[in-house]
This record gives sequence, structure tokens and C-alpha cells, in this order.
Amino acid sequence: MELSLATRTVAEHTVLEVGGEVDVYTAPRLRERLIELVDAGARDVVVDLERVEFLDSTGLGVLVGALKRLRTAQGTFGLVCAKEPLLKIFRITALDQVFPIFPTVEAATERDGSGPAS
Amino acid sequence: MATVRLSFSPAPVHVRTARLVGVAVARRAGVDEALLDEVRLAIGEACTRAVALHRQYGLTELVTVEMSDSGSYTVRVIDHAPIEASIGLTKLPPDELAAESLTEDDLTTGVGFALLAGFVDDLQVRPVEDGPGTEVRMVWPVARR
Repeated sequence: MELSLATRTVAEHTVLEVGGEVDVYTAPRLRERLIELVDAGARDVVVDLERVEFLDSTGLGVLVGALKRLRTAQGTFGLVCAKEPLLKIFRITALDQVFPIFPTVEAATERDGSGPAS
Repeated sequence: MATVRLSFSPAPVHVRTARLVGVAVARRAGVDEALLDEVRLAIGEACTRAVALHRQYGLTELVTVEMSDSGSYTVRVIDHAPIEASIGLTKLPPDELAAESLTEDDLTTGVGFALLAGFVDDLQVRPVEDGPGTEVRMVWPVARR
């Protein structure tokens, strides 16, 4: 399935819902959207991966880039992911120690929920 | 022995095709359904790496993916980039993953290798026999039929 991107606001957080396949071909579109959001002033960003069917190293690189961008901008960055196959990818790459990962959008957008991007 | 060979120009758009073919052949070969997500990811990572190397060196030669199911399911992804380019394949420690000094390309390369090593029990990266290039060889068990 092609990449889909949709943005909404939840509890003063910008939530980017990602669906479909994030790979070497589609990841540049995700990178562009995240840069646009930060450039437009978003500072508390949550990327919801619940509808992602495939995520590779290129997509992970884009997410780390967004985390760093928000860290520089004094913002916060969190991920929503409860799917075991995706969680395994974060564990194997040790990126589960880099990203705040939440099971639901509600948990990720609670005040002080995502914490400082670190 | 059944072999499927796919060659594609080094463009990101074709990596998805390689994943789809690789998983279809794996299923036909009898690889356990529970392993197919890992097969899909690993073939994708190996092809992404090959495409990145060809683009880095401006190579227009085709990337080749060869799948065979004699005894086990073996996938070979073959690139034609200079061998030195492959030496930097190391797993990155967690405290360096989000370091400002690490470029996105280097992070992606390191993370891609971590995924290959993490998802493929039987993984070899070796020089091709003729000319420049490396072969990423991945093997998965198949159910007896």
C-alpha cells in the first residue's frame, strides 16, 4: 500500500498519522512532511505508526532526523506503536532506547507525556 | 532446484518489487508464514543497501536478486560497488544513534545492517567472484514438503 500522511491536533500536540509502507522510495515524503510541520511551528509532535504496514531503515532514519530537529527546536517527539512486528524493529536496532514509544495517541499526548526529545 | 532471478536498475522504486517477489517465492518455497515479515524486511534492507551503493558511486548497472529453494530458501543480493564501500557495516551503539554528528545516511546504513543481522540467522556478506561488488547471502529454513 502507498504511503499515506494525515495531520491532526490532539491536546496541543501535532499528530501525524502514517499509513502504508515507509521505505527507501516513500521515506523522502515523510521527511518532507515532518520538516514542513516543524518549519510551520509544530513543537510537540507525535507520529502515529498504527497503520504502518512496513517500515525499513530509511524510515527509521527519517524518524531519528525528526527527533533531532525537534530537540534542537526545544520541542518534543514521540511515537505511537503497539504492533509487535514494528516494536521488534525498534528493539533490534536499539532505537527503543532513543524514542519515547507509546501504545496510544492518548498516552502520547498527555501533558508531560512525551517528555523532552532526547 | 527452482531459481528466480530478478535484476533491476538501482532506483528506490524497484526495491518494493524485489520485496514482493522475494516474499512470493519464499511462500512458494515453504518458508514458515511467521517468518515472511522478516524475509520481506531483510530482502528490502539488502536491496536498499545495494541501491544506495550504486547511487553513491554513480553506477547504472543492475542490482541482482537471486532466489533459490534447493533444501532451504536462499536469497543473494548482488551489487557492483567497490568492495571498500562495504567495510563500514557495523552495528551502532544506542548512545550514538541520535548523536548530532551522525548523518541520516550513516544512521540508515548502520540501522539497516542491524536489521539484517537481527532478522537473518544465516547471513553472509562477501565479495563477488568476478569484478567489484558484494553479495549479501541470506538463508531461511523451509518446511519439508
